[in-house]
Amino acid sequence: MERTTLDLWVGMFVVAGIAALVMLAMKVGNLSTYNVSESYEVHAYFSNIGGLKPKASVKSAGVLVGRVTEITLDTERYEAKVVMSLDKRYQFPKDTFANILTAGLLGEQYIGLMPGGDEEMLQNGEQLKKTQSAVVLEDLIGKFLYSKAEEPAK
Amino acid sequence: MPAISTIREIGHRTINAVWRIGMATRFFVLALMYSGNSFRRFHLTIKELFSTGVMSLLIIVVAGLFVGMVLGLQGYETLKRYGSESALGSMVALSLVRELGPVLAALLFASRAGSAMTAEIGLMKATEQIAAMEMMAVNPIARIVAPRFWAGVISMPLLAALFSAVGVFGGYFVGVVQIGVDEGSFWSQMQSAVDFREDILNGVIKSFVFGMAVTVIALFEGYDAPPTAEGVSGATTRTVVESSLAILMLDFVLTAMMFGGK
Repeated sequence: MERTTLDLWVGMFVVAGIAALVMLAMKVGNLSTYNVSESYEVHAYFSNIGGLKPKASVKSAGVLVGRVTEITLDTERYEAKVVMSLDKRYQFPKDTFANILTAGLLGEQYIGLMPGGDEEMLQNGEQLKKTQSAVVLEDLIGKFLYSKAEEPAK
Repeated sequence: MPAISTIREIGHRTINAVWRIGMATRFFVLALMYSGNSFRRFHLTIKELFSTGVMSLLIIVVAGLFVGMVLGLQGYETLKRYGSESALGSMVALSLVRELGPVLAALLFASRAGSAMTAEIGLMKATEQIAAMEMMAVNPIARIVAPRFWAGVISMPLLAALFSAVGVFGGYFVGVVQIGVDEGSFWSQMQSAVDFREDILNGVIKSFVFGMAVTVIALFEGYDAPPTAEGVSGATTRTVVESSLAILMLDFVLTAMMFGGK
């Protein structure tokens, strides 16, 4: 086969392969939604994070505003330290409330942010002071049984 | 004494196997050492890219399409039971990008291109073309082996990416166009489930490793084949068997390293 036709075919093959890779990255994967440079980090302490995992979403009013980047146990306070990176476009007041919520009855857990009324906004590296831990099903059942037992017998 | 001869046989086979592994490793290192030529005279590699990559396109695209369509159908049937048909997109995409794309593309590549490589080099050896090259002071590793090696290593990730991409469209065709899963949730669930680094890049790394393994096995078997008709046919069979086993074993090891322990 002639050299130019060979080059053409191989060129088409390489372009098609790279196009497939780009399509996988953009359409199938989440590369198009990455905004690495435009984010800031805040952290919060929770006494119990339940089933929260790194990369869980952080939502405010149902809108995805960031992701959990790191979860560690702080051995000074024996609480879970959750670091999350938030999109720079969304600024939150200093007294924003962080809850661990569950999507659906048994779904993934995520962090819900409820903005407060403070005039000052959260800066990079600051802490969300007001938090509410995850609802653990066993605790809930325990409380329910306890309150049932306390009821006077009819 | 039959017992002693059996033990002798086992020992002979073990030594042979270890010797072959050592030879294959030496061969691999030699191919890497002499691969300067395949980039300086890139048309050598381009010619091999045509016969390994371009000629494998059809089988890869058709197989990817059908695998994606089967995944769409089977996934729908299973997910329907739990009322989560909307997760069809993420199921199809994750299984293709993480596992089926690299592994099936590599298996097809081994039988389509690897066997051809072995037969070609084995015949070259049988017809004493390789000996003739050595007589002319042309290094056969640099002239024949290295371009084929790089062609395989370059085309394997591209073929695997094509396989996955076409497979996703096959799943889309069956799931959304034919069965009627909601199109928006199909794509959005897929995008939220598939991570670029974790899933797509790891899939590319896998196919890269498979490409290296398949081409090294194919080239070594061809180069090592006894220069007879029987020897070449045996070497071709061994290429397909050994590279398929190598792909599946390497896949387990790579998967355990990438996704295990989390």
